[in-house]
Amino acid sequence: MTLLKKSLNSILVLGLITAPLIASAETPEEKGTRIAVEAKASDKGWQDMQASMNMILRNKQGQESVRDIRLKSLEMENDGDKSLSVFDKPRDVKGTAFLSFSHAIGADDQWLYLPKLKRVKRIASRNKSGPFMGSEFSYEDLSSFEVEKYTYNFLRDEACEGGTCYVVEQFPVDKNSGYTRRIAWLDQAEYRPWKIEFFDRKNSLLKTLTYHEYNEYEGKHWRPNLMKMVNHQSGKSTDLTYSDYLFKAGLDDNDFNKNTLKRAR
Amino acid sequence: MNSKRLLLTAGLLTALPTQAETFYEMSGKVSAEARYFSQDAQFQHQDYSSNLSFSVEPEFYWEWNDGIDSLTFTPYLRVDGNDNERTHGDIRELSWIHIGEDWELRIGLRKVFWGVTEFQHLVDVINQTDSVEDFDGEDKLGQQMINLSLVRDWGIVDLYLLPGFRERTFSGEDGRLRSGLVVNRGQASYESSAGEHHLDTAIRWSHTLGDFDLGAYWFHGTNRDPKLLLKNSNGNTYLAPYYEQMDQIGFDLQATIDSWLWKLETINRDTNSENYWAAQGGFEYTFYGIQESVADLGVLMEYGWDERGEDADAAVQNDLFLGARLTLNDASSTEMLAGLSHDIDYHSDSLIIEASRRYGDNWKLSLDGRFFSSNDPMDLSYSIKQDDHLQLTVERYF
Repeated sequence: MTLLKKSLNSILVLGLITAPLIASAETPEEKGTRIAVEAKASDKGWQDMQASMNMILRNKQGQESVRDIRLKSLEMENDGDKSLSVFDKPRDVKGTAFLSFSHAIGADDQWLYLPKLKRVKRIASRNKSGPFMGSEFSYEDLSSFEVEKYTYNFLRDEACEGGTCYVVEQFPVDKNSGYTRRIAWLDQAEYRPWKIEFFDRKNSLLKTLTYHEYNEYEGKHWRPNLMKMVNHQSGKSTDLTYSDYLFKAGLDDNDFNKNTLKRAR
Repeated sequence: MNSKRLLLTAGLLTALPTQAETFYEMSGKVSAEARYFSQDAQFQHQDYSSNLSFSVEPEFYWEWNDGIDSLTFTPYLRVDGNDNERTHGDIRELSWIHIGEDWELRIGLRKVFWGVTEFQHLVDVINQTDSVEDFDGEDKLGQQMINLSLVRDWGIVDLYLLPGFRERTFSGEDGRLRSGLVVNRGQASYESSAGEHHLDTAIRWSHTLGDFDLGAYWFHGTNRDPKLLLKNSNGNTYLAPYYEQMDQIGFDLQATIDSWLWKLETINRDTNSENYWAAQGGFEYTFYGIQESVADLGVLMEYGWDERGEDADAAVQNDLFLGARLTLNDASSTEMLAGLSHDIDYHSDSLIIEASRRYGDNWKLSLDGRFFSSNDPMDLSYSIKQDDHLQLTVERYF
């Protein structure tokens, strides 16, 4: 995988130097991949991040239900991120915590801590497409973006909320993904996603995710305050609000193990 | 207030964190439980068909030094409509945690869980079972301990000093779901001359290697499972708990591969009266997104074995377990679980069905059904064969 990243990086460098010369020769697949590599590279170096997440789940009738979660994550060199999430609400699952070592290729390693039994359970990560806490976000929607998770197809340039956007089709590599494809809108200036459309296993439009209220942290890391997911098939929606972003607090591997999982709160 | 007490108070005040830098939080739950027994009782003093019970479990939490130190206090109280022994209180947790870079020190009354299997928890030995809570043995009493946990590249090592022992709770004569003879806790005796003050020790190593999570330990101290001795006084026959010393080694393993969880627990227990091996193993397989929905269906199968066979004083000696878990993954966290256990030696069965969901933000409702059948008086479950019941539990979280 290091090799793959290295070759992708050299493609990137080569692409930057020779871009004006070979632009016309670039296939849509190559252009889509280049955009993904550049997007990942533009956000590289955030090291560690902490934030509070609030989810409001709405059903078709407009009934609401609330989730409060605190999140810590750690950027890993040449691998997916490590993350630790703790649930505050609903109160019956307060103290439940989730530890995940994500991998660009292959199954993630995941553990769940159940405070009532004081039990740490390794869980199967095959369940990528399942809903996260009953919301319209699935586990894969919330996992870190890695270039290797998709193959790409550049569609077009289009005006969007962030200026001019690249519109790129993304095809999940993992057979356990709940989607046949996604279409993502990323602005050309900062590679921030503004909209993603998700297509289910039958290739029908399932959900639309929109990003709102971007802020810049540590000079280059753009994060939204609000993400809205709408399920077109069920009429349900989930608003995910982030607050108290904190970058580079000096977290390391010792903050992401079974001991920290047991006392996370 | 005399000067000595004043000095103590001043000392405590300086030891405690100042208001400004302390984080404090209270949470917890109260619950009401109604049981309906569908059959006439088997023993005297059990002649009721319904029972009401209430419990409260608040949790107080303080954190200071930027989270390096924390204190948790979780008292517990249950009041039962019929059984005086089930009306009881406990301190589930009163513990201080101090965190170092790659170690943690945990001191006080705590609960520790070891193991991977679902139908029996063989390797889980640190805490005493609070058996009046439920017959499944899942509820535990707080155990006093000093626990140093070391995080290394090759795993986590936990060292335990366990000063003092908690006696198992037993249903009183008015309780259902009990043995025919009542256990008299007042007559408990110990092999160790130190009695309940014996200093127990344990060391456990646990680690993750790829798809495998494994653990191994050695425990030296008072056996949490008492021998029940037949006693007689003034024409009254009863059972008296006798707690032996034991050395136990245990091993647990889970392989998490795609949709499969493979699980194994095994122990060797060495006491004055016996030395034996026992094991519990099996699998859990999950079908994700069944019938094009977002619901998951897990199927479980486990087998429990005890070298002593029918001589074992354990409920599981040659038993097969089957289970199914349906998780709707909806906003109300609706779940259903069915578990069937079959004793291959005694041909007895028990079936447990559990369903639960959340209502609003703070309420949870559970409906359980437990059904038993046993025809052999030598079988431990023979004494609860007429205790089939439905149980409705309402929990309010705060």
